[in-house]
Amino acid sequence: MRRLVISLTSILVILAIFGTFSGTAKAAYPERPITYVIAFNPGGESDITARAQQPHLEKILGTQVIITYKIGGGGAVGWSEIVRAKPDGYTICGHNIPHIILQPLQRKDTGYKTSDINTVCWFEATPNMLVVPVDSKFKTLDDFVKYAKEHPGQITLGGSGSYSANHLGTVEFNEAAGIDTVYIPFTGSGDAVPAFLGGHVTGLMTYTTMAANYKDQMRPLAVATEERLSLFPDVPTFKELGYDFVEGAYRGICVPPKTPDEIVNKLADAFKQVNETPEYKEMMESMGFQMVFYGPEESKKFVEERTEYYKRILDKLEMK
Amino acid sequence: MGIFLDAFINVLAFKNLAAMTLLIPLGMMAGALPGFTATMAVAILVPFTFAMDPVMGLICVSAVYCSAIYGGAFPAILINTPGTPSSIATCFDGYPMTLQGRAQEALFTIAFASLVGGFIGTIGLIAFSLPLAKIALKFGPPEYFWVSIFGLTIIAGLSGDSLLKGVAGGILGLLISTIGIAPVGGDVRFTFGISSFQGGVELISVLIGFFCIPEVFKMARNPVGSYLKNTSVGSTVEGYKEAIFKGFRNAFADVVNLIRSSIIGLFVGILPGAGGNISNLIAYNEVKRASKNPESFGKGNPQGIVATETADKATIMGSFVPLLTLGVPGSPVAAVVYGALMIQGLNPGPELFTKHAEITYTFMTSFFVATALTVLIGMFAGVLFYQIIMRLPIRVLVPGILLLTIVGSYAVRNNFMDVIFMLGSGYLGYVLGKLGFSPGPVVLGLVLGPIAEKGLVQGYLMGNSISPGMPWVIFFTRPISIVLIVISLISALWPFYSARRRRRAA
Repeated sequence: MRRLVISLTSILVILAIFGTFSGTAKAAYPERPITYVIAFNPGGESDITARAQQPHLEKILGTQVIITYKIGGGGAVGWSEIVRAKPDGYTICGHNIPHIILQPLQRKDTGYKTSDINTVCWFEATPNMLVVPVDSKFKTLDDFVKYAKEHPGQITLGGSGSYSANHLGTVEFNEAAGIDTVYIPFTGSGDAVPAFLGGHVTGLMTYTTMAANYKDQMRPLAVATEERLSLFPDVPTFKELGYDFVEGAYRGICVPPKTPDEIVNKLADAFKQVNETPEYKEMMESMGFQMVFYGPEESKKFVEERTEYYKRILDKLEMK
Repeated sequence: MGIFLDAFINVLAFKNLAAMTLLIPLGMMAGALPGFTATMAVAILVPFTFAMDPVMGLICVSAVYCSAIYGGAFPAILINTPGTPSSIATCFDGYPMTLQGRAQEALFTIAFASLVGGFIGTIGLIAFSLPLAKIALKFGPPEYFWVSIFGLTIIAGLSGDSLLKGVAGGILGLLISTIGIAPVGGDVRFTFGISSFQGGVELISVLIGFFCIPEVFKMARNPVGSYLKNTSVGSTVEGYKEAIFKGFRNAFADVVNLIRSSIIGLFVGILPGAGGNISNLIAYNEVKRASKNPESFGKGNPQGIVATETADKATIMGSFVPLLTLGVPGSPVAAVVYGALMIQGLNPGPELFTKHAEITYTFMTSFFVATALTVLIGMFAGVLFYQIIMRLPIRVLVPGILLLTIVGSYAVRNNFMDVIFMLGSGYLGYVLGKLGFSPGPVVLGLVLGPIAEKGLVQGYLMGNSISPGMPWVIFFTRPISIVLIVISLISALWPFYSARRRRRAA
């Protein structure tokens, strides 16, 4: 009797195993949880975005989405790993422009090349914004530029990181306005805020999310976009004031190289649907994020465009 | 006053108490495992809080945070390994107490000390948030530079027998901290072409290596029987009733120490970027400095663990001051909570005191209850932890701890390089320990290096725009900087002064 039970059980187990395997072959992606890797600290913009996307993604993809962190080197540690991960669509990673372009241009051993990164989509932007304290004597960008021209090298602007969108934005602004402000890098956009509130820097070249969050303490002078933003209807763009540059960070998702097209498209489609969810869109916009969407093909073209652009700016920076 | 009564009633709702009681043992476990930090425990918890109302979510955060920091002291006392960076200096006297058979006494001492630290910290958070935040904002890059220089002057207090070895250790720590991408400027340093080095060296994996691995080696040299029985040979192990009494007496024997350590903890917590990893070391140094017989420290003086465990509890509450008043996440845990608040639709910053005052005051008040429950549960958990380590034979303990160190150092950043670093620094720590170096100064250098560097470079850039050509002027002309310089000088010269005084007395 016992033998019979054991053999029956083993047959059942074997059948079950076969069942699962044949199931795997047929089942459509995704049929197990997806790991969403964040290359920055918890609590930052990338993490907040991922946490907000998570419930919507799970509903659309019909599977669990697990958020993990792979932090270091301004994102480079995470990205050098995603380009070596298994291209099965179960590991996806948040990534940013200009980081993925500037790091390989500026460092020797980044661990990844911009061309290795397989972008699924770009789903949001945080444009650069020039802000000063609400009680500052600078009421408009004109005041600011006028003072800067009279006092070269005396205005300090804090921002997030070196060779970042904030850093290059300051360089581009200096160039366009013919002024000389000093950029002071901090380790993250939030890290610069205490220095700003304490009056240790004149202003910040920061992201729209910061200006939205600290709206009672920050006076935005201009935003580096093509058109004015709906959240800040009274803030002019640098362009309309005659300073011709657009700068900011973009966030999106990438997968390992050689991931099958249908998986890439499925993911891109899911993130597009999340972006179009009214509840999500409203929440993100109120936090200062700009909702954009570039699909897989457009994304690659966009990265190439920005690469050429940044190469020119880096050349200028090197010459200085 | 009414708002506090409401806040207390909110916290004491049955579901909140139940959630806290359930989460505290889990937080403690995370804190007690080297490599699993309070930040990770809170980050794991946060997604679950999205399903709760904001009040309950925040109460859960305070319970997990307090208990994880509390749990970090268990391995510090029992196996000379800080469970979190907030308990580094707890090893210095906690472990010698264990060796003398006073482990339970140490565990009850930190319970009472934590109670005081947590309460004073919470009172500070509730009563003085706004003025404290204003002071914190006065600290710009030059001041951070001098704060870290002051921090380095306490090397003497952590050096053990030789000041020279302490200074050498501190420099080694500073050098290790420069590996990776420069915090300001983005230069790549000492990565030897290995891309995972870009992330720099993780403090926690080095901590595990320096403190835990040498201890495991020591255990493995005498693999018979039980670890605690082997190490505390010759001393009688006391019962826990006596231990409670002694613990209580230890904690309240020096009230000045309790208050001083709480204030140090609270203030260091308020400074964005500085946390429990610094406050416990400073509090330890100050209690030793104030003591009439500083030689008794490092040999099982209970005032040492009273200082560290009071300070790191007060740091918890301090770290929420900039978040709640200014919306600035000043510590890794506060950053996680910042993200959670945003998703809950609460704008961190001044709005929390106006629009959402009820939630905010409930959150602040919850620290009283979280502290009390943590201490209560912590007493039982400590004894349980002690019993487990006491009973496990070494042949189980050694591989078990080794496995945990590997899992823990990997888990910090999901990076295998951290495991290699952990084992490497473990070997280095073992060799240095044999040569008479103590790990304290190395860790201090590693913690303070990035803060000093950032302050120096940012201050230099600022200085150049204020007084072109003479960027150094800014470091010596700002009022708070001058005060910090004076304090640093006094602190650096103190060991020489006290040595002379003692020689004269003798």
